[in-house]
Amino acid sequence: MTDIGAYAVPVVILIIVITGLIRVKGVFGVFTGGAYDGLEVVLNIAPSLIGLITAVEMFKASGALDVLTYAMSPVANLLHLPQEVMPLVILRPISGSGSIALLDRILELYGPNSAAGRVACVMCGSSETTFYTSTMYFGSIGVKRIRHTLVAALIADFCAIIVSNAAVGILFG
Amino acid sequence: MLDFIWGGMMLVSVIFGICSGRQAQITEAVFSGSGAAVTLCISLLGTICLWSGLMRIAEKSGITKAISFVLKPVIRLLFPGLQPGGKAAQYICMNVSANLLGLGNAATPFGLEAMKQLQADNPDKTTASNHMITFVVMNTASVQLIPTTIAMLRSKYGSTSPMDIIPAVWAASLCSLLVGVTIARLLNGRCKR
Repeated sequence: MTDIGAYAVPVVILIIVITGLIRVKGVFGVFTGGAYDGLEVVLNIAPSLIGLITAVEMFKASGALDVLTYAMSPVANLLHLPQEVMPLVILRPISGSGSIALLDRILELYGPNSAAGRVACVMCGSSETTFYTSTMYFGSIGVKRIRHTLVAALIADFCAIIVSNAAVGILFG
Repeated sequence: MLDFIWGGMMLVSVIFGICSGRQAQITEAVFSGSGAAVTLCISLLGTICLWSGLMRIAEKSGITKAISFVLKPVIRLLFPGLQPGGKAAQYICMNVSANLLGLGNAATPFGLEAMKQLQADNPDKTTASNHMITFVVMNTASVQLIPTTIAMLRSKYGSTSPMDIIPAVWAASLCSLLVGVTIARLLNGRCKR
């Protein structure tokens, strides 16, 4: 099963390059144009990443992160989650760059092949910044009463967390 | 929201750290943290630029359009009563296929346009319609075929097969999408409008 991942990237690149060569004129120019946009994306998130990673790093150094993790360990145990991912569970629906910052720290501390590292990665990959996304989408058209959007979205996020943990357990356990 | 999280983390760190006599460690963290952030940005830069470039080719060569064509029946199923050939359905398809390819930047404008189209059919302009809720829940559930940023972070910390988590990511995002949309639809039915 885990081999799928090793094929996914080369196969996608193959498909894109072949269709590009056949159907797009000046394919390399198109590539560099897109890559330049990527530059802007990184430039845009750099300030918030610098602010947030510093904050996370301070939070860790002060010992507050350990206390928070420990305080949430009953919830982690109840859900059979590695307790190191609990801070990420809270931050994920709220802030995109915040969760990248925290994920980066988790991977540095516990390693990418640890249970915590894997669950954290799968969680981040399978959910979105729920609050931000719904605020932006509804805000853009002036809708104030969003009814049951957050209920459904947050239950979906919760489901993503549970399945992430279970899937990592099955694939790598 | 982020104001409080960011400010709160810093305040708590400083107070907590001084109370437990860790002021030296905090000072060290201030400088190592900002340095680590720059390292992270530089490693993100390569991956994000490469994929933005590749995905631009995918967009220009019609792959996004092809995927949105395949998605049409699914969209019809999820949004009953929405005109299948209409503008709203078209933008929703483009939004979902851009999301699938991890093109967050391209997906958002399509998504906002889809919301505008849905708003045109909405009888009460300040209250979300059923279709809007389903659509926003789909966007918050994030289904992405290749989680590039995460794979990059894993390889940065020494993983030799950074994409081995892909089946798990697919399973988790598919389940959360199904659950989210199902709940949205169930609650839609409960309070009809």
